[in-house]
This record gives sequence, C-alpha cells and structure tokens, in this order.
Amino acid sequence: MSWTRVRAIFRKELREYRRNGFILATMAIVPLFFIVLPMIEVFAASPSTPAAHSLLKGGPLTYMLGIPAIVPTTAAAFAIVGERQQGTLEPVLSTPVRREEFLIAKALAVMAPSLAISYGWYCFVLVCAALFANPELSAAIFRAPELLAQVVFTPLIAGWSISSSIAISARSSDVRVAQQLGSLVSLPPLAMAVLVSFYVVHPTAGLVIGLAALLVLVDTLGWKAMLAMFNRERLVVGAKT
Amino acid sequence: MAALPGTANGKVGAATSGPALVVDGLSRHFGDRVAFEDVSFEVGRGEVFGFLGPNGAGKTTTVRVLGTLIAPSAGSAVVAGLPLSAENGVEIRRRISIMPEAPGLYLRLSVVENLECFAGLYELPDARARVERALRAVNLTDRAGDPCGSLSKGLRQRVALARALLNEPEVLFLDEPTSGLDPVAAREVHELVDGLRQRGVTIFLTTHRLEEAERLCDQVAILNTTLRAIGSPQELRDRLFGKTLEVRARVALADPDGVFSGLAGVDSWRYDDREDALDDGHAAYMLFVSDPVVAAPAATRALVAAGADVLSINQSRRSLVDIYLQLVNEDRNGAAPGGPR
Repeated sequence: MSWTRVRAIFRKELREYRRNGFILATMAIVPLFFIVLPMIEVFAASPSTPAAHSLLKGGPLTYMLGIPAIVPTTAAAFAIVGERQQGTLEPVLSTPVRREEFLIAKALAVMAPSLAISYGWYCFVLVCAALFANPELSAAIFRAPELLAQVVFTPLIAGWSISSSIAISARSSDVRVAQQLGSLVSLPPLAMAVLVSFYVVHPTAGLVIGLAALLVLVDTLGWKAMLAMFNRERLVVGAKT
Repeated sequence: MAALPGTANGKVGAATSGPALVVDGLSRHFGDRVAFEDVSFEVGRGEVFGFLGPNGAGKTTTVRVLGTLIAPSAGSAVVAGLPLSAENGVEIRRRISIMPEAPGLYLRLSVVENLECFAGLYELPDARARVERALRAVNLTDRAGDPCGSLSKGLRQRVALARALLNEPEVLFLDEPTSGLDPVAAREVHELVDGLRQRGVTIFLTTHRLEEAERLCDQVAILNTTLRAIGSPQELRDRLFGKTLEVRARVALADPDGVFSGLAGVDSWRYDDREDALDDGHAAYMLFVSDPVVAAPAATRALVAAGADVLSINQSRRSLVDIYLQLVNEDRNGAAPGGPR
C-alpha cells in the first residue's frame, strides 16, 4: 500500500470537487432538508406539547443523520463511472496504482467533505439551540449520549453510503444511473434515523449499540463489495470479460 | 521541441540488457470474439516499433495486454525485462508508460496539477523537477497553469505526452499519438518521438498514418487479428514485392517476351496493369529483377535495340501504404491468414 499514491488521488479529487459546481451545490443544498425540521421543532415547540415530548425522547439531531447518508452519494457514485466516461480512468489505471489504493483514495476524498459538512451542520444547529431555544428543549439536545451517538454514527453511515455508491459506480455504465442507485441504497440508514427521530423505534442503549455494530459489519461488507466490484479489465474494456 | 526529460546523466534510467519486449504466441479473446491471436514479435531496446492495422485489428487491445490492463487469453510476454503476469503488474506499469488515443486529462485541473497527480502515482522523488522537464519537453511551460479544458486538442495531446514521459519509461506505448492533430502538431509529435529514440527510449507506436510509421519506425508489424507481416519497411517491401523495374513505352512492344526474357539480372516480367501506369494509353511493363544495377542498363539496351519509344525506366519504390494495402486486401479477399511474412 502506497500512501503517496493514495494522497495523489485524494488531492486530485478534492481539487476537482472545488471546481465542480454541481457537486458542491448538491453537497451544500441536500443538508438543508435535514436541518429544517429539527430547527422548526426546536424553535416552535413548547415543552408542554406532545410534539415536544416526542422530540425530547427521539432527539432532534437523530433526524440529521440523514445528512451523512445522502450527501456522499453524488460524489461517490460519480467516482468511477464518471472517470470512465470522461476518459481519465485508463491513464490512471495504467500507472502503478493498486486497486485498494485507488478505492481508498476515492472513498477518503468523499468521506472528508461529507464529514466536514455533516459535523458543520450539527454544530450550527447546536449553536442555534444553545442561543435561541427553550432551555428545557435545549437541554434535551445537549445530552451526552445523544451527542456521542451522533459523532459515532455519522462516519459509519457515511461509510455505508460511500462504499455502496462506489461499488455501484464500478459496475455502472452511466453516471445518472449510478447516482440514482446510490441514493436508493443510502435509504435504509436514513429510514432508521427517521424512525428513531420520530420515536417510532425507541432508542435504547441496546438498540444503539446493536445498530452501531450492524453498521460496522455493513461497512466492512461494503468495502469488500467495493473491492470485488472493481474489475480493472472490465472498466478498461467496457464489457463483461 | 525542447530538451527531453531524462535523468541527471541524460540516459534513460532503466536496465539495458535484453530486448525491451518479447511477445510469444499472445492471444486475447472476448468470449467468441478474437481480438488478436498468436502474435509473436520482439522489440529491441531503443527501437521504434510500429504497430499497424485496420480498425478492429486488435492494436489497442495488444497495448492494453502488454500494459497489464487486461490479461491475455494465451501466450506469454516479457515487458521491460519482466514476465507479463498479474503479480508483476505494478512493477511493469512502473517501468512503462501508455499514452492512450484520447488524452484523458482532468479538464478542471491545470496542466501542472494533472502532471503532479501522475507524478504522485509514480511516486517520483523529484516530482517538481520531473514535471518541469516534461513540460519543457513538449513546449508547454508557458501554459502550465492553464486548465486543461481550455487547451486545444493538439495541446491536450502534448500534455498527455508530457504525462507519459514523467516516469522516464523504458517502453513508451503511444496509441495513435497524432490522431486528429493538424500537420504542424503531428510534426511536433514526430520530432519528440525522434528525440526519444535518440535517447534510447523504446517506443511502441500504433498508428493509422503509414507515412508516420515509415518515417519513424525501425521495424513495423501489420496486424489484422493475426500478425500479417513484420520487419523493417525495406524488408517488407523486398519480401512482398521483390525488386522491380517499371518500364513505360509510348506504344506497346511487338514482342515483349523476346525483349525481356534472358536479360541479365531480369528474373521475369509482366504487363503493368495498374491504373497509374497506363495513363495516356502508354504501355507499361514490370520487370522482376535480382539486381537493378545490372538489369536496368541491359533492359535499356534491349529496348533501344527493339526500336521501342522508351518513356521511362524506374526502379519501383513501393511505399508502406502499398505493403499495408496488399496485406489488408489479401485478408479482405479471403486469403487464409497465415503466419507473419
């Protein structure tokens, strides 16, 4: 494993993101959908209403775990099929880069901005809650276990979205199809976050630990699937071999 | 073209013993479809090897197999001193460079950012110096900061060449490097190839431009799924067409067999019925000779003695185009493809 090669692709990817308005816009706009509801709940609810009780139990931040589920999919789904379509994949694969190095670099390059965006928005909501929300609701948001869960679950959920989207990208022949399928496979963790957030599923310690373990397992399988799906020959020739 | 990239002593940083490429019975099938079959050849170090063939002949697939991008179905090869195998893939790719037909540049990145990325992929210790040398080699120093998307096709091709030179490869595969370039840009590429040859870089050049192959290549191979011919352009000419004299007369000879048979140096003769030889209704003959220096004066004397109005006697100079068309037409006309000629 050469970290020099990983760094070379990682830097190249970040440079491309910076100059790709579509990816930047997608990454910036999508989180807004997951910010609006918690913000409304936090600022509009009175502590005595049933909605507030539900909020206190489910935790408004949980709903925002949709951000790491959805944000990485566009860039991750583009990662391989996009390079293939623009003709840049073959020159890269003609260098000494190994499959693992290439995929780690691609995954890290999606993971880094996804985490930055997710944690950035969490911080924004927390600051707003601390400054402007009803103190009782604010206290419900600033519970240590919830915050810890948020910190732990964010990379795990992003990992699932990234590995599955890159795996799809490696087997897809069209960027749009890859992005649609990538969005689709990111839905299960999003659905679970929504169910917990609305207190349909009760967030017990056992459930949280179980979900975390499940995500670790799923991320590991996702990485293996990504490796298995990446077939240098198929990507170069563009057909089943 | 400016100075070419190289190591400090100006030599290619590579092992110099043994041929650069040895290919033995290499084949690649995609299901039932044969991309190329039973291809064998050898390329010496420092040679420019031209790989010619019609569309779909298997040229690019051969390059991809030798570049370890796809695996062969059968056969073996030694590339830059290493046996072609999946285990040696990384090391082989470190020693070679492939410039595909499409430049494949990151259009949002600048020229220098593109090259820096590839310098990193080759783990070059002196990346900045290598990038500068490669840019100087292709005369692009003044466009280093420009986004590749803003460059013309010719300039993009030059960036792709600079990228291929970064790792100072032992074997440089150029897949249609002048495809779509204007004559000036194509000539610049030719000059670069010439310069690389002088520095001892082995170049594997696939091209449709036969005059390019004739001018640049020490050895050419003509592929049409199987290898149809291999040798220097001159060897191929001699092998396929022999040495010939073209005789043109104002009117047809009454007894051409009596004139040409038995002449010193002339093995046989036939009417030259090619369109370009028969213009203006003149008569044309083709003499197959063992030694043109002996045959030409003898034929001239015989023609004068026979009272022929001789317009010209030329030693025919077949181009690589003639050779190529002859072989490809043989395949089209259903001649069984045999081994290389």
